[in-house]
Amino acid sequence: MSDALQIAGRTFESRLILGTGGFTSHELLARALAESGAEMCTVALRRLDPAARGSILDVLDAAGVQVLPNTAGCFTARDAIITAQLAREAFATDWIKLEVIGDDRTLLPDAVELVDAAETLVDDGFVVLPYTTDDPVLARRLEDVGCAAVMPLGSPIGSGMGIRNPYNLTIMVERAGVPVVLDAGVGTASDAALAMELGCEAVLCASAISRAHDPVAMARAIRLAVQSGLLARGAGRIPRRLHAQASTPEEGIPVFDGPDAAG
Amino acid sequence: MSRTLVTVNGEPRELDAGATVADLVALLAATPDGRGVAVAVDGEVVPRGAWQDTELARGAQIEVLVAVQGG
Repeated sequence: MSDALQIAGRTFESRLILGTGGFTSHELLARALAESGAEMCTVALRRLDPAARGSILDVLDAAGVQVLPNTAGCFTARDAIITAQLAREAFATDWIKLEVIGDDRTLLPDAVELVDAAETLVDDGFVVLPYTTDDPVLARRLEDVGCAAVMPLGSPIGSGMGIRNPYNLTIMVERAGVPVVLDAGVGTASDAALAMELGCEAVLCASAISRAHDPVAMARAIRLAVQSGLLARGAGRIPRRLHAQASTPEEGIPVFDGPDAAG
Repeated sequence: MSRTLVTVNGEPRELDAGATVADLVALLAATPDGRGVAVAVDGEVVPRGAWQDTELARGAQIEVLVAVQGG
């Protein structure tokens, strides 16, 4: 693994992708973005609000980051495809974070609609980064239809529950021919570090930063955690053991028995 | 001048007869170049290059979308 992240032939020095949802102001987003070191940020499309002040694009353009539009809020392949096409017009990019949600309460992906939409969008020339469940078979199906990465959840969007099934992620990473990006569930820095230790190529994080008590400090913490996790993975962790293994030599231990010692 | 009744983002709206997508975007959007803006008419994407030539017919269902925080 090199130090740089590569997706669809594009190189990123940062392995943290920032989701922009949940920041209470553009000013706070700008400060957290700077601290995160992210080079790519998600945006969404919604109906124009004539009362809205300033555009998020001004913040992202000023920071010089790549815009990654999403299809959040789409429940069918058809809606996601139209939204992706609209995003291409709005942002002049072929990149799309594909979300096709199956359930309002859990916001879990609808696997059937997701693969369908991914295939159509890849054929239409999009660079498709699908938000998916932590199912290694589904990940393979998404890769097979030409997705440029797969972005599994660790736990539901915004839940902050971390990585609920690290074994599935490990299997996914082992078999994937495209980057695996952890895309939901991060609650704090250690979750991001674990994702990288498990073999993810990057972490996409929104709520954990934007809804933290201090989003700017959390942006820094998660940036460092991503770097830490990657370093630790490269360094090679020790095997887990049930029992202790002394790290201090067992030879040469002195004996302090005196003449009066019992036994 | 005659007027055309359309629906923009779910709300009824009167436009000048013959108004195009480009006219509507200029009317609504703060950014003059329309960056970050996308338009669908009757469920079909209108590419930016076609805004100038796409007239809005009576009864058209128009969605005018902009970038917001999310994801």
